[in-house]
Amino acid sequence: MDNLGSYILLSVAVIILGAGFFRKVPVFDEFLEGAREGIKNSFSILPALVGLIVCVSMLRASGTLDALTGLIAPAASKAGIPKEIIPLALVRPISGSGALAAIKDVFARYGTDSFAGRAGSVLMGSTETTFYSIAVYFGSCGIKKTGITLIAALAADFTGLVVSSLVTSLYFY
Amino acid sequence: MMNYIFVFLILIAAVFSVFSGRADATANSLLSAGGEAVELCFTLMGAMCLWGGLMRVAEKAGITKALSKVFAPLLGRLMPSLKKNKKAEGFVLMNVASNLLGLGNAATPLGLEAMKSLKAESKLGDRATSDMMTFVVLNTASIQLIPSTLAVLRGSMGSVNPLDILPCVWISSVASVAVGLIICKMFGGNHHG
Repeated sequence: MDNLGSYILLSVAVIILGAGFFRKVPVFDEFLEGAREGIKNSFSILPALVGLIVCVSMLRASGTLDALTGLIAPAASKAGIPKEIIPLALVRPISGSGALAAIKDVFARYGTDSFAGRAGSVLMGSTETTFYSIAVYFGSCGIKKTGITLIAALAADFTGLVVSSLVTSLYFY
Repeated sequence: MMNYIFVFLILIAAVFSVFSGRADATANSLLSAGGEAVELCFTLMGAMCLWGGLMRVAEKAGITKALSKVFAPLLGRLMPSLKKNKKAEGFVLMNVASNLLGLGNAATPLGLEAMKSLKAESKLGDRATSDMMTFVVLNTASIQLIPSTLAVLRGSMGSVNPLDILPCVWISSVASVAVGLIICKMFGGNHHG
């Protein structure tokens, strides 16, 4: 089971390249084109990353993050959520780059393969930038009354938070 | 919103550091964070290139189309108005397929087109139809099959097996999407559009 992820990743690469080859796609040329996009994309998130890593590391260094975490920790521990991922859980629905900065902080402090590192990774992989998506999707087509959307989306995020810690502890520990 | 959050957080950190006696460390982190961000950007760039390249091949090979066909019956049930609104259906299906493959940059424009087509057939004006709510909730939840950026970050920071979390990610994704959709179905009204 430990290698499941590796097998899946290898299969995905083989299936994609194989399908492209047999369907006579100029595989290497298209690959280069897509990779070029990747460079653009990673540079395009750099300004936001700078701003938000500044935020996270200042909050960390000043002790604010620990104080805040201490406040929420009792409630979180009742739900089985490791207190180390509280900052990540707070920024996840708001900013993708902020979440990246927060998970990097968790990895650096507690290790990628610690319970917090794994639970944080699962949280990161199973939720999205909720507020941003809602604003863009409804804003783009002029919808102002969004009904139950925000509540449903935040309930989904909260479920993701609780389930990610629960399933990580059941699966790994 | 990021405007407020950014200013507010840095302000809090600066003020708090004075009271906690950690002004030096906080000032240092202000100076070093930029370099850290550049480092992170370069760590992720390789993965973003590789994944961008692979996924472009996938798209050209028709894998996104094939995936969207697989999910057509399910989405038809979730969003009944798609049966009449073929234009919206096309965009919705391609959006979902792109999200599954982690093609965020392709998914968003498709999703916005889908919203436009849904709105064109809606009689509710600036009120969201139930199907729009369902569609947006689907996009605020992560349904990406392989979190590639995250895997690379894990690998670069010492994880022995960066993708060992994959089964957990899927379970957690399914649970969170399911809760979001159930709430939409129960409380989202009956104006499908």
